[in-house]
Amino acid sequence: MAVKSGTEPAVASHIFDWDFVFGHANYWLFIVLMMTGLYIVVARGNLVKKIVGLNIFQVAVFMLYISIGKVTGGTAPIFPLDMKVDPTVVYSNPLPHVLILTAIVVGIATTSLGLALIVRIKEAFDTIEEDELLLIERKLTAADNREHGPAMGGRA
Amino acid sequence: MIVTIIDILLFFMLVMTALAIVNRRRLFSVVMLAGVFSLLTALLFVTMDAVDVAFTEAAVGAGISTVLMLGTIAQTSRREKDPTRSGVLPFFVVAVTGAALVYGTLDMPNFGDPNAPAQLHVGPDYLKNSVEDMDLPNVVTSILASYRGYDTLGETAVVFTAGIGVLLLISGLAGRRRREDEEEN
Repeated sequence: MAVKSGTEPAVASHIFDWDFVFGHANYWLFIVLMMTGLYIVVARGNLVKKIVGLNIFQVAVFMLYISIGKVTGGTAPIFPLDMKVDPTVVYSNPLPHVLILTAIVVGIATTSLGLALIVRIKEAFDTIEEDELLLIERKLTAADNREHGPAMGGRA
Repeated sequence: MIVTIIDILLFFMLVMTALAIVNRRRLFSVVMLAGVFSLLTALLFVTMDAVDVAFTEAAVGAGISTVLMLGTIAQTSRREKDPTRSGVLPFFVVAVTGAALVYGTLDMPNFGDPNAPAQLHVGPDYLKNSVEDMDLPNVVTSILASYRGYDTLGETAVVFTAGIGVLLLISGLAGRRRREDEEEN
């Protein structure tokens, strides 16, 4: 394959090449979405919102994978019903689709587990805000230290 | 070209939705916007020829997960508290990570390149052989259920485990609440 031939110009000169920019704009936009999801996870304290952020991140990764399977001028990888495949028709790569189908289903499983954990956290601590949870945890640890610290030979 | 323009248009709608999610405090609107986000994603999957993925995303992402999240906010709280910390450090972390990822894409082949490494190995084999091997019109189905059936078996195991986990976590919730109420009275 001539994919990695020696004539490939250096990366820096690519960036102002419109073919390169249009060919990669998709990936960059996925990364913007991914980072928005990550920002929600890192910067927002509400647990439900964190789960939404994780979902956004996840979906952006799915889009990246699906875009790798796309072939220009291709169509969905479904043959005609009579199974007479026209050899001139280009089909997109079905393998990423399969992997992402599996990932979507696993994603909803993990999301539901996370949401169940949130319900339990609300029950146990009466809040789903990260800051308040941290305060409660600190108070509990301090109380434990006062009560059992000397017996255990130091702070927990 | 037209596909690229549609893609970019859909993207901007996705980014707008994601930014709205960042700033919204009412969790109900956050959850609804997450559903909108999933639906827009499904549209994008259709433009990229992944019709099976599109309808799974529409059913699972916009349907089931929205319902689960609505259930959760009904059990917990409806509003997010105002943030106490500044978002500068998270933004910095996210910007650095994003820059690293963009650097990683510079080596990738162009979008839709028929000679990309991903199009040259097993993908075409599946397309060529599944007519004889499976005689199913939908190649995605034949890979999912047969060529890579073990993946699907593993997925089923994960879903089963997660289901048991959820049941264990929230089972007896109503009973515990009733007991608490009785103790208080």
